[in-house]
Amino acid sequence: MTAGTTGATKAKLRLGDRIFSSSTILAGSIILILLAAVAAFLVVQSIPALVAKPGTLPNNASNFWVYVWPLVFGTIWAALIALVIATPLSIGIALFISHYAPRRLAQTLGYIIDLLAAVPSVVFGLWGIVVLAPFLQPFYTWLVTNMGWFPLFSGPVSGTGRTILTAAIVLAVMCLPIMTAICREVFLQTPRLHEEAALALGATRWEMIKTAVLPFARAGIISAAMLGLGRALGETMAIALVLSPALVVNFFLLTSQNPNTIAANIALQFPEATGVTVNALLASGLVLFVVTLAVNSVARYVVNRRKAFSGAN
Amino acid sequence: MSTATIARPMTNSLTAGKLPRGSSWFVLVGSWLIFGGLFAILHASGATKDFNIIGTIFFGTVFFDVVIYVISLLVEGGRRATDRLVTSLVATAFIIALLPLVSLLWTVVANGLGRMIQPSFFQDSMRNVIDAGGGALHAVVGTLEITGMATLISVPIGLLAAIYLAEYGRGHLARGITFFVDVMMGIPSIVAGLFAYALFALIFNDPGVRSGFMGSIALSVLMIPVVVRSCEEILRLVPNELREASFALGVPKWLTVLKVVLPTSLAGITTGIMLSIARVIGETAPLLLVCGFTASMNYNLFSDRMMTLPVFVYTQYANQGANPQPFLDRAWAAALTLIIIVMLLNLAGRIITKVFAPKYGR
Repeated sequence: MTAGTTGATKAKLRLGDRIFSSSTILAGSIILILLAAVAAFLVVQSIPALVAKPGTLPNNASNFWVYVWPLVFGTIWAALIALVIATPLSIGIALFISHYAPRRLAQTLGYIIDLLAAVPSVVFGLWGIVVLAPFLQPFYTWLVTNMGWFPLFSGPVSGTGRTILTAAIVLAVMCLPIMTAICREVFLQTPRLHEEAALALGATRWEMIKTAVLPFARAGIISAAMLGLGRALGETMAIALVLSPALVVNFFLLTSQNPNTIAANIALQFPEATGVTVNALLASGLVLFVVTLAVNSVARYVVNRRKAFSGAN
Repeated sequence: MSTATIARPMTNSLTAGKLPRGSSWFVLVGSWLIFGGLFAILHASGATKDFNIIGTIFFGTVFFDVVIYVISLLVEGGRRATDRLVTSLVATAFIIALLPLVSLLWTVVANGLGRMIQPSFFQDSMRNVIDAGGGALHAVVGTLEITGMATLISVPIGLLAAIYLAEYGRGHLARGITFFVDVMMGIPSIVAGLFAYALFALIFNDPGVRSGFMGSIALSVLMIPVVVRSCEEILRLVPNELREASFALGVPKWLTVLKVVLPTSLAGITTGIMLSIARVIGETAPLLLVCGFTASMNYNLFSDRMMTLPVFVYTQYANQGANPQPFLDRAWAAALTLIIIVMLLNLAGRIITKVFAPKYGR
């Protein structure tokens, strides 16, 4: 390099460079196109259900929204129960791994929780119906007999244990790994100096967590809960196997008349569906898609505002 | 220490007002024993069929939380007691999360192992089988073909997109792709199945269309974002000095990526791909919709229904015959096979990372 030639010399554009960079751009764009295509094809196939005449839709629904409303209710209700169970658990587990367990064990314990994510959902469903439901049924009977005055627990109790509470417990177990992973990552991001300052001021471990870790991690916990919600909303096979569904909208946890969820309804009805029923199922899938997309977008937005951690990987 | 002596030894001010070391463990084991005894009595009296080990651990642990709080409150005072309560609650949360995992793995192994090790399970299909016998060969073949095709579609797209994000991406497009890849990771699997159905039903103008390839497309929708995320993260780990050294030698950017960046991160990329395969190989819902189910062998990915392992588990359970036991056995055996495949993929991925990862001074 001689001192005479100052100023930036522009690199020569090579053919290989151009082909390579445009093929990576193409691949990136394919992803965006794919997402748009998912939405577009679902919309196109849903239209016949949206304009269907009364009497042609399944369940004798007068229009599509009447058909889909109990399913939407069931989806959100089951996911919310699952979230109520899973959020405290995952915060606890994440705290245990990040702040309580011995350092050497922490990573192994993390792997053990990740093992839960490795179990296919259909196996969870099988376990839920064969093991969990019969296991919980006696407790349900007890709850209905003794706590039946409480609206959520009113009877008649399900004889099989295949209630929405059982399904929600299975869902909660399935959401645990992703929620724990995010919570753990956020807890570990707490500035070390904040923690040490709290401890130096004489705080017990819990007071340190309360004053230093949790306030720092609040946004992360919220987005972990929302990502868990997104997963719970879309979970199919576990619900399809465990729940004994009915065409109802109610809040009872322990009866055999449970509102079904969109995803499980599709899985159960689709193989035998024909005509407008197929379109109705696709349209209900579109509703599910929009709901989960909204939930996930908000969660990701919250996560991304804090660039420090990368999210669920 | 006898209370009779008047001249008591001086109390140690560092341990005064504290529970002795290991007392939490002592209380925990004690409360497990109490509830173990309780359930053993229930079992002996005939109220329950089996000894309730899960109930023992669950209620014993919850009981432990209460007891340790009360003891600590009496001896150590409020602040310490709260601390102990939270410690025990946090440990309880972990134990509660372990219970379903252990119970599930135990159930699957206990119910599935006997049937899985019979050679017929991997030699026969279910054609003309209405009772005992038969196997899951057609499902294994279907799973391998469909997942293999999905991998063939997803890996090039996902890897190239990851290269774009890590090496080229600036500005709106890159930010948009990053965001939507994250969002796409949350797409319910059944929606991916519906998309594949809607796409092919329009193309072939046949509402009853089913094929293994549709399943591959559905799985690709689920797989691509996972591949992109894991590959992008690995590519970002490659030290910039390597790229700069390559540029300084006059190597064009595309060759730098191909010959320097990719070989350096090959182990990580392999791991990412294996984990993404593990993620989709257990998917049931989309395959149930678009591949359907069948009892016969089908090697052709592009026509007719195709069985896969997860769907095999579901149909064996959902459509039991007059004699349900063989169907249940096959379902559990297939579930065990599936779990073993997923765990092997995960394990292999982790081992590859451990062994082949380049050593940075991190």
